[in-house]
Amino acid sequence: MSSRLWKVGGLAAIAGAIIWLAAGGLSENMVFFLTPAELEARGANIEGQPVRLGGQVKPGSVEWNADTSELRFTIVEGASEIAVESSGAPPAMFQPGTGVVVEGSYGPDRIFRATRLMVKHSNEYAPPEHAGDAAEAYKSLRC
Amino acid sequence: MLSLSLLGAASIIAGFLGAALAVFFGTRAALSKSAGKLSAVIARRSAYFAFFALTAGMAVMEAALLGHDFSVEYVARVGSRETPAYYTAISLWSSLEGSILFWGWILAGYGALFAFTRRREIGRKMDARGQPAQERQLRGRRSSARERVATTGGRLAPELRATPLVTAVIGVVQLFFFGLLMGPANPFGFVDPAPVNGPGPNPLLQNHPLMGLHPPMLYFGFVGMTVPFAFAISGLLLGNIEARWLRDARRWMVAAWAFLTMGIIGGGWWSYEVLGWGGAWAWDPVENASFLPWLTATAFLHSAMVQGRRGMLKTWNLSLIIGTFLLTLFGTFLTRSGVIDSVHAFTEGAIGPAFLAFIAVVAVGSLALVGWRSGRLHAPGQVESAASRESAFILNNLLLVAFTFTVLLGTMFPLAVEALRGSRISVGPPYFNMVASPIGLALLFLMGVGPALPWRRASGEQLKRSFIVPAGAGTIAGVAAAAGGMREFLPILTISFAAFVMATIVKEFVKGVRARRAIAGRSAGRALLDLFVLNGQRYGGYVVHAGVVVVALAISVSWTWKSEREMTLRHGERLAIKDYEVEFTDVWSREEAHRDVIGATVQAYRDGRPIGIEQPRLNFYRTRQQMIATPAVRSSLTSDLYLILMAVEPERGEHVTIRAIVNPGIAWLWIGGMIMGVGALVAIVPRRRGRVKGAGAELIAGAAVAAK
Repeated sequence: MSSRLWKVGGLAAIAGAIIWLAAGGLSENMVFFLTPAELEARGANIEGQPVRLGGQVKPGSVEWNADTSELRFTIVEGASEIAVESSGAPPAMFQPGTGVVVEGSYGPDRIFRATRLMVKHSNEYAPPEHAGDAAEAYKSLRC
Repeated sequence: MLSLSLLGAASIIAGFLGAALAVFFGTRAALSKSAGKLSAVIARRSAYFAFFALTAGMAVMEAALLGHDFSVEYVARVGSRETPAYYTAISLWSSLEGSILFWGWILAGYGALFAFTRRREIGRKMDARGQPAQERQLRGRRSSARERVATTGGRLAPELRATPLVTAVIGVVQLFFFGLLMGPANPFGFVDPAPVNGPGPNPLLQNHPLMGLHPPMLYFGFVGMTVPFAFAISGLLLGNIEARWLRDARRWMVAAWAFLTMGIIGGGWWSYEVLGWGGAWAWDPVENASFLPWLTATAFLHSAMVQGRRGMLKTWNLSLIIGTFLLTLFGTFLTRSGVIDSVHAFTEGAIGPAFLAFIAVVAVGSLALVGWRSGRLHAPGQVESAASRESAFILNNLLLVAFTFTVLLGTMFPLAVEALRGSRISVGPPYFNMVASPIGLALLFLMGVGPALPWRRASGEQLKRSFIVPAGAGTIAGVAAAAGGMREFLPILTISFAAFVMATIVKEFVKGVRARRAIAGRSAGRALLDLFVLNGQRYGGYVVHAGVVVVALAISVSWTWKSEREMTLRHGERLAIKDYEVEFTDVWSREEAHRDVIGATVQAYRDGRPIGIEQPRLNFYRTRQQMIATPAVRSSLTSDLYLILMAVEPERGEHVTIRAIVNPGIAWLWIGGMIMGVGALVAIVPRRRGRVKGAGAELIAGAAVAAK
């Protein structure tokens, strides 16, 4: 009987360890996913915490300094805008109006410092009459 | 006018009818006192019919896609005249409706294949009233004794009732999927007036040829889990899950598992080649959806051996099969209903609620069946000692199920938070990596322990004999890695465990080959072949284990020593990373029918020697206004050079920004995955035992060697 007790105890210990591991990991690695309006509303409460910010790249806002590899742009959603700073070149997929998700944190200076840029690919179909060629699309990056 | 839309819809309806007949007659065959045999034959033929109908549906869809018939709604949505034929053909699975059609076709294929493999159980020659045409049979080709016995009288013998019932259960699942195709996921909707052209498939899905291979593999795996599920339900209904049931359920599970494994690894490969972040696995919900049933299926493949040998864990095994099937449905629900984008999005289509309802019905129904039969499922045996193979398997199962729960938790948590509190969160890869590393390492370690332990109880002497060599190999490998300058704990542990497991596997093969040589006097090579022929399940399993070791090493090494560097380069400038150098030489652009391509040409060097030209590109898909970066990957067995074109100076192409990643050993991830898949297929290839010399003596040989 005591051997059974050992088995049950051992299994419970394993299960407990895994639950502990999972719960701890979950609370530490939870990242809020916010829109610009939600980020503004939270303001100082969320400063310094890891956040994912989703929205669209504001046309004309992309500035990239090739010499220092600094990238600035603005993410908009509705009436709210958030200025974003990042290092490294903008991925070329990064076009004005594209949906993007950036990961990073919001600073007291109200600038979002992104450590990761992700482009949201949509399944939406753009009618051909709006289609331009690649060079034009590409140039609009810097307009 | 007979349009392709009509033709397609007609084939789906025909398939639905076939499935309905299979359900009705399959059930009747198992129950009926007088018409059992006739019903079984009709059920079998209905399964064939459903497969032919769905094949016709697939052919119609392919004809519409390749013939650019934009009056078919699905073609209007994913087709375009400019897309190359290959990508047009495979755009069948690039969007919801087409992928459900493909799913339905594979499901019909599994149903027909299952019925076909059991076709000899009941005589093939019957007259219209189900009476066996004995005369003809006797005068014609000789029938086996079994066939003749089976075809006399009207009622099915108990051991023959499983086949039509399994066919019926597969039919029920078919009814659900064919029903989706007739309503909420109808791929054959009609568009009038038909557009002259369409947008083409999602650019990400037409950017790499692997797209033609990885989704079908995944589907064959996912859909294949239906067959073991049908075995589980039929076994519960008939109250019989004994030796033959277990053997067959396991074989079908192994087949599906092999496809799923290759599908998952192929998906990682595709994502590595296409998505341009330099990795293969990001713990994305879509990836997790394919991984969850893999975990529970793996658990079943191991615990089934405990049932086979000791008669224990019957309820547990049934639960694993049912759970695996539910997870395939759940995974499809996750990826196809839009629930990942937002909890509230899934009700927008009819697919989400339909899937949820079906999942609920399957879960509740199966649970009720298990409860009803719990009396018959009671296990006679029990684990006698902690140092036994069955306890290693039980521990393996607990770890795999815990793994499943933690991944499920991380995947579902954001959905739960959004549903309950309205705020959107995501659970990042660090969570998954944190739970996956210890569980994965423990599983790796167990792979070296389980096969070396005897059933029931190991004596101290046995333990010493079994483990002294593998434990020594593991220790030496770990110490060598540390002495060689490695300072990271996890990879050292992985290398040590890997050596431990490989030593166990090699030891098992050496033992087997020796036994064959002693018994049958074979050459070493022939003896090795005999092992696979005689006991494919076991030795195929070891090949799978070797594949897992390779995969584990590849993950650990490529993860730990990955390096990354991004630079803006002018003509002639070089970027140096690890032992590679990349020199920017040129920018070019090219117009293709369906896209514009901007590329950079770079010369790659390794250790100062030129190794070739690479062309990382940006593909701009005009109709969808999307730019997709296509990385250039130079693979080698030691490391990959992975180049992503991040940006091009737009005026004159004077400078480009390139991100370079060096991934050591990542090629072994794909190689290991393929070893796993091949090993699993070896385990189930049908073979004739009679041909192998001394086959019956195998057990005695094993005992003789063990006693030495």
